[in-house]
Amino acid sequence: MKKLLPYWLVAPYVVHMLVFVAFPVVFSVVLTFHRWNIISPMEFIGPDNYVRLFKDRLFWQALFNTFRFLLVHIPLQIGIALGLAELLNRTLRGASFFRAAFFLPVIVSGVVVTILWQQLLSFNSGMLNRLIAGIGLPRVAWLDDPAVAMYSIAIMATWKNVGLYVILFLVGLQTVPPQYYEAADLEGATSWQKFRYITLPMINPTIFTVVVLSTIGGFSLFIEPYIMTEGGPLNSTLSAVMYIYQQAFQYYHMGYSATLGFFFALLILAVVAIQKRYVEQEI
Amino acid sequence: MSTFLRYFLLMLAAASFIYPFVWMLSASLSSESELGNLTLWPVGFTWANYVTVFSKIPLGRAFVNSVLVAVTTTGLVLISGAMTGYALARLQFRGRNLIFYVIIFTMTLPFQITLIPNYITMVKLGWVDTYFALIVPFMLNSLSILLFRQAFTGLPQALIDAARLDGCGELRIIFQILFPNILPTVLTITILTFMGLWNEALWPLIVIRDEPTMTMPQLVTLFSVGGRADGQLTVKIAAAVMLAIPIIVLYLFFQRHFIRSMASSGLKD
Repeated sequence: MKKLLPYWLVAPYVVHMLVFVAFPVVFSVVLTFHRWNIISPMEFIGPDNYVRLFKDRLFWQALFNTFRFLLVHIPLQIGIALGLAELLNRTLRGASFFRAAFFLPVIVSGVVVTILWQQLLSFNSGMLNRLIAGIGLPRVAWLDDPAVAMYSIAIMATWKNVGLYVILFLVGLQTVPPQYYEAADLEGATSWQKFRYITLPMINPTIFTVVVLSTIGGFSLFIEPYIMTEGGPLNSTLSAVMYIYQQAFQYYHMGYSATLGFFFALLILAVVAIQKRYVEQEI
Repeated sequence: MSTFLRYFLLMLAAASFIYPFVWMLSASLSSESELGNLTLWPVGFTWANYVTVFSKIPLGRAFVNSVLVAVTTTGLVLISGAMTGYALARLQFRGRNLIFYVIIFTMTLPFQITLIPNYITMVKLGWVDTYFALIVPFMLNSLSILLFRQAFTGLPQALIDAARLDGCGELRIIFQILFPNILPTVLTITILTFMGLWNEALWPLIVIRDEPTMTMPQLVTLFSVGGRADGQLTVKIAAAVMLAIPIIVLYLFFQRHFIRSMASSGLKD
């Protein structure tokens, strides 16, 4: 009895992991070689799903959209979060108020944030365009122009998440020993030099975290385009997860949908591995 | 940089995060024609948007579902996470390291790969349109096990030995003797799990089609996307406000814990 006890304690985890992680991973690989609408029997089709994937214009479109999202999202996220963290790091009075304010969108559902921004970004009555028109500039078709819509979503996602990264950068900045800056001051270093050669190398792990989490976030986008644009206009905001969802639940292509999921998952792991190498060597 | 400029920039940033929520609240209490104005107070004050929301969708029922699912699942996560975390931290057994590495490995696995197979599992188990589909897949999670393991590792062995001498069983040791000593970890896991479940929309959209079983994020999403809001933005916004209020109220009370919990989960990766 005493010897078996540890096994009883970990049993729930093991069973749960087998059912909801190990089995799905194996089954996902099996599914990629089948055609299946969940009702009729599975049909083995060899590598057809993979062939189809490489020829599928919408798959490439979703990938391209994710890339465009990350292109704007990652630099904005790092720039704004680092800037606000720098400001907060020198501030004693009211720091906890500011932190709490920046963090507010982080805890709220993406559903709420998306409905809110759908209104802020609307062409005619949106607050943003009213402000822009108010100072005499032409209105922007934030969500209606295929060349712009994905970037609008990237801006919204930055607004939602940046508070978390401010906190992470703040933790990173506080690990820098003040003596480093004092020594640099004695040597007559400029602010830029201090930032480039002291701050940046010290917070490099945080930058890596932000890059990785943002990348995973980009590949996980779903509710934002689902509510705001339904993937449009002209599929310009169709995201990876949204395309998986469409193939599975609009067309009941379970095999192909699993192939997309499998492929996107591999891609995320590969991209993160590359980022790990690159970001760690960079600075 | 001067102190004035620094505070000016910080205030500007704070306003850009808070003001949209204030605007949202006031828009939800305004009549449709006034929408889009920069305002702090409702223009043409009315409760009509909320009346419309509640008459068109079972939001009260969805609130009860959300609370039920989030509270039950969080409780299960705490129990199962503590059991596994305790075994990994304090007991010697064969396979312990293997389980630890499996947990680390599964945490890096993107959910895109398990999404469709897990849906099929739900179909085959007959769990579509049941609470089981919303609770069981989330009742254990790797991060909570790791956090518990870390917390239990830091406790003195004397605490456990003394309890054993008094004849306590291991479950009583975990939940009665050790739990009070790791309350910050318990709170962190509670917040992360509860918040994640309260805000989750994708999985419910996949496994629930039956309106009375829906949780709030799903119901509000479908209301916003479908035609039932009749294109009335203020009504959609009222529904979104109802979804946001519970978590914002919790945030006002446990603000520092929310921030610390989220930061600790971010730094884990």
